[in-house]
Amino acid sequence: MSIGLRAEPQPLERAGLPDAVAVSGASRVYPARDGGGGIGAHPSGAHRSEAHPSASGGVPALADVSLRAGPGELVAVVGPSGCGKTTLLELICGLQRPDAGSVRSAPAALMPQHDLLLPWLSAVDNAALALRIARQPRAQARGRAQEMFAELGLGGFEAARPYELSGGMRQRVAFVRTLLSGKPVLCLDEPFGALDAITRAEMQGWLARALQREPRTVVLVTHDVEEAVLLADRVVVLSPRPGRTVAELEIGLPRPRARTDAAVTALREQALIALGMTENEGPGWLGHPHAENEGPGRLGHPLGSA
Amino acid sequence: MRRRAAHLLPPLLLAAAAAGAWEVYVDLGGVDPAVLPAPHEIAAALWDNADLLWQNFKITAEEVVLGLGLALLAGFALAVAIHFSKWLRRAVYPHAVGSQAVPIAVIAAPLVFWWGFGIFPKLVVIALICFFPVVVTTVDGLASVDPDQLKLLRTLDASRWQAFRFAELPAALPAALSGARIALAVGVIGAFIAETSTATTGPYSGLGREIMSDLNSLQTPREYAATAVLFVFAIACFHTLTLAERRLAPWTNRPTGEPR
Repeated sequence: MSIGLRAEPQPLERAGLPDAVAVSGASRVYPARDGGGGIGAHPSGAHRSEAHPSASGGVPALADVSLRAGPGELVAVVGPSGCGKTTLLELICGLQRPDAGSVRSAPAALMPQHDLLLPWLSAVDNAALALRIARQPRAQARGRAQEMFAELGLGGFEAARPYELSGGMRQRVAFVRTLLSGKPVLCLDEPFGALDAITRAEMQGWLARALQREPRTVVLVTHDVEEAVLLADRVVVLSPRPGRTVAELEIGLPRPRARTDAAVTALREQALIALGMTENEGPGWLGHPHAENEGPGRLGHPLGSA
Repeated sequence: MRRRAAHLLPPLLLAAAAAGAWEVYVDLGGVDPAVLPAPHEIAAALWDNADLLWQNFKITAEEVVLGLGLALLAGFALAVAIHFSKWLRRAVYPHAVGSQAVPIAVIAAPLVFWWGFGIFPKLVVIALICFFPVVVTTVDGLASVDPDQLKLLRTLDASRWQAFRFAELPAALPAALSGARIALAVGVIGAFIAETSTATTGPYSGLGREIMSDLNSLQTPREYAATAVLFVFAIACFHTLTLAERRLAPWTNRPTGEPR
């Protein structure tokens, strides 16, 4: 597709470096019955998984998705709900294997859609979980998590239990936990999807600053196109289920970016078009790309309905 | 203090009302006191036999506490083994169920033959009666862990043991503690069965034996007095476990199932 409004591309630091994440032509079909793999497997390190023959007759989740992220890049993946975004992240983290295509990634940590903080651990112990798993002494692990708490506006809540924290704080603790895993790639699954608009805006700014301090390669899955354009170096647009890469937008804008910036809104518009939807028409794939009798556009028509 | 009164008052009121109705029924209904003694007779027997009942209570309490401890240890260990091994689960589970149908009288003789007249055969009987609810609730509790939590731990490179330690074990704790409370409820009657089905030598042989010998010698008020002691003891044990649960698993807000 043509991208007319691309701002000057910024020089990326990935010249000569291999991609931290490379997904090419990956497909994933869920068999009619699928346990999703046992607990015993170890996806931890860098891995490379090739296709294995799939059982016939299943639910296709991903069809031919390609994506790459260079070291330090933030790639956002947007798509309608149910397009296999979570599956894509689990492929990158090595929790699943593709049925076709290939997935290669440096060691990746997952920040799941629901924070999945363990209710029996305090906030700081949840954040330090990866360090405890790496067999660091408890005091030392807590100490490192505590430093992050202070930096990330969680100071004073170290001993709180997850249920005592607000949604935004829980997401932050989950993010610290992901960060402290020490893995070069972070897979964030709709990290702010469950938050209200104000908290979400705060958290987006917070994430941008946190990543500036601790640069990592990030694959950010979101259904919020604006969020993708505000945060990402590149936006990959997926089609409805089974997800396919339908567009890739290079966001070469300087940071911090403003929601109201003309370049941001233009790119947002492009992503929406790639998704098959525009402001007034609603999703095109529902079969009424030119819906004239539905949607807010009709109500806003200056000539009214008489 | 006010909250404690709010907790204590309803059961005490109910006990007083029941005792009152009982008293009226026995006094006015012409019931033979050898069949059903009036509460005031039971109270008198409790007072007159305080030392005898206390000595017997100490024996029974020791049996219940140690027997229950044995049941919790064995039940928990078996549940964890079953959780880790499908093969063990298939091999052991049916037999654990079947063991609950074995009348204690049948196995009492070999238990005494092996371990004599001391406390140990009684502990085995209590443990046999109590371990089953612990096994079932703990196995289910271990399996109830959120699979997404396990997935998350995998991405953090947790070993099988660490997944158990950080997710499955704490997730199972509330259920296991519920199992412990069920075990406790049957544990006190388990002590009665243990005492009356195995032989004992010694000056005091527990409240169960006391009740049986009073029953046979028509000492009905003392028999009821001993039963009242068991009744209160069961409540005290249950309450202790509830308090322990609040300390061990403070993240659970159980809405029911405990006196609040």
